Amino acid sequence: MNPLLTVEDLHVRFPTRTGVVEAVRGVSFTLGRERLGIVGESGSGKSQTGRAIMGLTPTHAEISAKRMEFDGIDLLRAPPAQRRALRGNRIAMILQDPKYSLNPVMTIGRQIVETLRTHEKVSQAEARKRALAMLEAVQIRDAARVYDLYPHEVSGGMGQRAMIAMMLVAGPELLIADEPTSALDVTVQLEVLGILDRLVRERGMGLIFISHDLRLVSSFCDRVIVMYAGKIVEELAASELSRAEHPYTQGLLDCMPRIGADRHPLPVLERKPEWAL
Amino acid sequence: MTTALAIDRLRVTFDDFTALKDVSLAVESGESYGLVGESGSGKSTLLRAVAGLAPVSGGTINVNGKRLGRHRDKAFYREVQMVFQDPYGSLHPRQTVDRLLLEPLAIHGFDNSERRIMRALDEVGLGSGFRFRYSHQLSGGQRQRVAIARALILEPSILLLDEPTSALDASVQAEVLNLLEQVRADRKLTFVMVSHDLAVIAHMCDRLMVMQNGEEVEQLTAAELTARRVERDYTRNLLVASEGFRSGA
Amino acid sequence: MSQATMTRREWLLTDRPQSRLQARLGRAYVTWRRFTANWLAVVGMLIIMGLILIALFAPLLAPYSPYIGDLAGKRLLPPGAGHWLGTDDQGRDILSRLIYGSRLTLQVVVLVAVIAAPIGLLVGTVAGYAGGWLDAVLMRITDIFLAFPKLVLALAFVAALGPGIGNAIIAIAITSWPPYARIARAETLTVRNSDYISAVRLMGASPWRIVLRHIMPLCISSLIVRVTLDMAGIILTAAGLGFLGLGAQPPLPEWGAMIASGRRFILDQWWVAAMPGFAILIVSLGFNLLGDGLRDALDPRGSSQ
Ligand SMILES: Nc1ncnc2c1ncn2[C@@H]1O[C@H](COP(=O)(O)OP(=O)(O)OP(=O)(O)O)[C@@H](O)[C@H]1O
Ligand SMILES: Nc1ncnc2c1ncn2[C@@H]1O[C@H](COP(=O)(O)OP(=O)(O)OP(=O)(O)O)[C@@H](O)[C@H]1O
Ligand SMILES: [Mg+2]
Ligand SMILES: [Mg+2]
Repeated sequence: MNPLLTVEDLHVRFPTRTGVVEAVRGVSFTLGRERLGIVGESGSGKSQTGRAIMGLTPTHAEISAKRMEFDGIDLLRAPPAQRRALRGNRIAMILQDPKYSLNPVMTIGRQIVETLRTHEKVSQAEARKRALAMLEAVQIRDAARVYDLYPHEVSGGMGQRAMIAMMLVAGPELLIADEPTSALDVTVQLEVLGILDRLVRERGMGLIFISHDLRLVSSFCDRVIVMYAGKIVEELAASELSRAEHPYTQGLLDCMPRIGADRHPLPVLERKPEWAL
Repeated sequence: MTTALAIDRLRVTFDDFTALKDVSLAVESGESYGLVGESGSGKSTLLRAVAGLAPVSGGTINVNGKRLGRHRDKAFYREVQMVFQDPYGSLHPRQTVDRLLLEPLAIHGFDNSERRIMRALDEVGLGSGFRFRYSHQLSGGQRQRVAIARALILEPSILLLDEPTSALDASVQAEVLNLLEQVRADRKLTFVMVSHDLAVIAHMCDRLMVMQNGEEVEQLTAAELTARRVERDYTRNLLVASEGFRSGA
Repeated sequence: MSQATMTRREWLLTDRPQSRLQARLGRAYVTWRRFTANWLAVVGMLIIMGLILIALFAPLLAPYSPYIGDLAGKRLLPPGAGHWLGTDDQGRDILSRLIYGSRLTLQVVVLVAVIAAPIGLLVGTVAGYAGGWLDAVLMRITDIFLAFPKLVLALAFVAALGPGIGNAIIAIAITSWPPYARIARAETLTVRNSDYISAVRLMGASPWRIVLRHIMPLCISSLIVRVTLDMAGIILTAAGLGFLGLGAQPPLPEWGAMIASGRRFILDQWWVAAMPGFAILIVSLGFNLLGDGLRDALDPRGSSQ
């Protein structure tokens, strides 16, 4: 079977005053109808990788890649109109900062309905019903109330779930989830992961799950890519994560607090310059 | 020991939705108190109510023995400060770090602002190199450090922390948690800390409250949590869930 | 490049400024470089600077008197060697009138901007931040102003104040703030519940301080753009008033009034109306380009560049 997404030697560069910032430096991977985790510290280029696939890179940045194909479509050479049609419809992305990505002066419900109606012809009443169902699916208590709230009136986790609901109403084939559960408590987090998991298993969606929570990624994903300074330093099966070889991956695992381990202060990561080579 | 923060049957109502239903707690001075619970259960609302940012419709809040009225005076903000959940949203987009830190000093008429700003930046491990940057020129961890510096610059005795590390990656989280422990020890601060990560709460706090749906589920000590001596099913679920995802569960 | 300029540049662009002054100068320099990197914005700025210089040195630049023409021999001459832009129906040199008229145009535009923009900004931000009844009252007042066509309202004010260019300016200013209030309010609504405003409240800042020092700076860039885009309309409203005899009075070389009086000859002597029209077009274009350039340059979020 053909992979859903192929990325080969992806580079994202930002020309700045003080020189070129290489945010992503030669990232390659393929994705089937599976759950791929991308982990790495802040600034390691996880979001920029996702954004490049999505076509949301800032205009002044340069993107290059040997190959970047989604279901046979060459994303690098696709005309803007085609990319726009893909975006949100077949490829969706849950952006990292939900509060920033939601429109502050439009109610949550209306934003979901608008997203739905730009992709499908449905009546207002039907759209409302689907939006409410989606909010309930992401475990929002009292969906009817939340439907009419503005983004500042919902809690951090509710905003994040609203964002997830908005991306899922369109039923994408590839979902890039950038820290989708960072503001959720563990029980809700698992429910949301359960939804994503079902979409992968039942509808054959491809999922790129960007996160810095290694514990979560190792239990949820099939494969994990570890990024550091714009590069992939390690790729392994998720279940093997605890046996990671790269000192960076080990360091990341080690600095998480654990229930029962009394370590004050927590060990912090000692970065070595040679990791970035 | 004296009580730094005492909340008695606090009730917060938005229009006709009750976000906090008669929650009571007491935090000793110098203690670190944790709040965990379901998303939307009112943890942030509790902190915001103490800070005067949420509409209180019943109950009382006492800070260092003084009962708070409807309006907070300036002196209150020198006692209590808060760090917000989202480091991307809590720094003004058009102000440099210097401006951000100068503002509280100007409002309260502190002298020596130059020295205080430098010291605040040093304390959170940001050198003078960051002083004249805008927030968009900082990483998430650096932003959260600036937010902590801003909260500390007025020398409060109580710090309210709303998920200070949930938007940060594991390595930066460790740095920020270490920093918080450090300043708490140095300044004998009282913490009230919200997190959805039980491990973080167990690491940072002496006691904690588990919340669900605007209500208290139970109050525990960190030792009880570590030993898993919990009474309620919801808390037990949280403990199980924090071990990770199980397919088909 | 010499050693001295290199170090000054580095001093300005350093990542670790030593003082507020250095940081501010460095930022100004970066803003300036970003502004000048956009050549359209530079064209806009040059046009406006040209306008200012022409207005300042009008007596030196104008070849003829703007008021006294040669009624006998020089009426309605087409553009040519003696009169580059031709003459009008009273035999006055159009170029000279345009040069002197730049003073009036500049005066109108500057005064309106200085009066209307701050009023709009204040009303909009206060309404947006306060909410409740104050918002309702302020916005209803704004709506009332918006409900009337601008010219009609300005007419009413001038009728009450008396004709003349000064009163016309006041009337235009009073009638042009409502859209600014709307913009400022909309912008305020998007930021007033943000965490960074809550954080300032937590510092103990008074509502006035929050509005003046934290919210207004966020609204200013969209307002600048809107004001510059409105400049053409303001010049035309002034002209309309002049045409109705309520703005600039006849001999004054106000551009709008010149178009109005040239209307009669539009078919045979097109230059009488077209030249001031061009002047307005160029100046409006200049303001628009400048406004766009300023908006891009002033937003520090783009300054990672
Ligand atoms: N507009 C920009 N201009 C210059 N550099 C940028 C820009 N946007 C991102 N970068 C740089 O690209 C790098 C990768 O950023 P990215 O957002 O992908 O990090 P991340 O791995 O998602 O981190 P986080 O966990 O904090 O979200 C960073 O070093 C960042 O500074
Ligand atoms: N301004 C408001 N208007 C209406 N409802 C609000 C407002 N602020 C909060 N709420 C409601 O109060 C409830 C509690 O929100 P709160 O932000 O305290 O949750 P939380 O426990 O911090 O959750 P999270 O872990 O997701 O941040 C939510 O149901 C939310 O919708
Ligand atoms: Mg990211
Ligand atoms: Mg919260």
